Amino acid sequence: MTFDLEFFNLGYLDTLSNKDTLVHRIDPRIKIIVSFIFILFVVSFHKYEISSLMPFFLYPVFLLTAGDIPFKAIAKKVLFVSPFALFIGIFNPLFDTQVITSPFGIPVSGGWLSFLSIIIKFVLTVSTAILLIAVTSFPGICEALERMKCPKLFVIQLLFLYRYLFVLLDVALRMMRAREARSFGGRGKEIRTFIRLISVLLIRSVERAERIYLAMLSRGFRGEIRVLRSLRLRPFDIVFAAGSITMFYLLRNYDIVDLVGAALERVLR
Amino acid sequence: MSHHIVELKDVCYAYPDGTEALKGITFRILHGEAVGLVGTNGAGKTTLLLNLNGHLIPTKGEIAVGEVPLSKGTRQEIRRKVGFVFQRPDDQLFMPTVYEDVAFGPINLGLTEEKVEERVTKALEMVGCLHLRNRPPHRLSEGQKRSVAIATVMAMKPDILVMDEPGSNLDPKSRRQLINLLKGFRHTKIIASHDLDMILDVCERCIIIKDGKVVADGPSEELLLNETLLEENNLELPLSRQCRPVKRPS
Repeated sequence: MTFDLEFFNLGYLDTLSNKDTLVHRIDPRIKIIVSFIFILFVVSFHKYEISSLMPFFLYPVFLLTAGDIPFKAIAKKVLFVSPFALFIGIFNPLFDTQVITSPFGIPVSGGWLSFLSIIIKFVLTVSTAILLIAVTSFPGICEALERMKCPKLFVIQLLFLYRYLFVLLDVALRMMRAREARSFGGRGKEIRTFIRLISVLLIRSVERAERIYLAMLSRGFRGEIRVLRSLRLRPFDIVFAAGSITMFYLLRNYDIVDLVGAALERVLR
Repeated sequence: MSHHIVELKDVCYAYPDGTEALKGITFRILHGEAVGLVGTNGAGKTTLLLNLNGHLIPTKGEIAVGEVPLSKGTRQEIRRKVGFVFQRPDDQLFMPTVYEDVAFGPINLGLTEEKVEERVTKALEMVGCLHLRNRPPHRLSEGQKRSVAIATVMAMKPDILVMDEPGSNLDPKSRRQLINLLKGFRHTKIIASHDLDMILDVCERCIIIKDGKVVADGPSEELLLNETLLEENNLELPLSRQCRPVKRPS
């Protein structure tokens, strides 16, 4: 059943984030800031740019290898959301038919270039975002957001989302199984029963929310949750941040691929 | 020490939809007493417990916890005294890690950081879950969740412990550990459960509720072994007291 698989997949990302590697130990604040700046740099490129985007793959590859994250897990997730990017760019080749370059004599229109550029930017940004979650524990991210003056209400919502996502999925999974066990052939699997299932799930969630609120009240909740503070900046974190941001800056302003190509040409000649 | 008394006088509660769940309940629980609350499904046990903690306010009658009468204004004070362990640990454990969850109550009580740390460690040690402190609650087994849920309440040092079905969904060994844990607490305890054996083990006194009324109140050994009384209330003898013929291979 695909639902089961997806569920365990979600837990898988959570398991990965509990590893202990060089990247996992970096302060979450630094990781969030660096990843955010990385995304800004990537999207700042011109719409026809392709070659100078390539060196930017260094950052996600660094997170992937140093964080000991299996490539397949991330690739799957990126593929999962790829239709969005595909549909954003899919009409570009039709509208923009002006030929921009013709490498090896093949004319390439601006539409295809910008389409490819969108896809590359998509892969870069989304894989970085997913890797950020995979190498940082979720509570860590929340604490970092809180420390960076993100509105507390928002942070607390995220914390609760993380905590009850698993519970909710578990409930949904059990309901799906129960339906499966009593439906035969196509019967019982119609969209109509699915709608009922979802509505029951909603009601159950509301009721659970009420019980959780009671539990919070019993333990002295008065409208404020204090998030535990355990983050400490280490020298390595600063070095990592400074190093990677300088690198992004250099990659943005100097076309490394071009320079390397030119250098190679000179050597070969 | 007479200040941990729980007193109910003719307590009635009707839900907003008109269902009368409690119809005049009166009892008095003394300091250090362990009381089992027994009754069928829908007898009003959970409603009664929610009233004890001020989550629901009686529509009629009076509740006093440690000589403080329960009202909207005194709810906070009463919640500080009454530690409530909910039926489903997933409802009780809402923070991202075990440590933070146990720390939630003490932090809200306004304790200093060192005090919080000390209380959390002690509470987790008490239930034997200190090694789980950095785990997220969704990665725990049902038994572990239950123990941690008890720790969250113990960390607040309540005078009175109120538990709703503490033994449900536990395997025999975890259940036995829970019983031993409960026996070790010197608090006033109010435990609602269908597990009559557990009540017999933990509580010296037992109150039987049926249709929102108290039908019997007395020593557990007496009430829970009275077959006619139990059957009248749709209950049956604790399993340990039932004589079952042992099948022998012939």
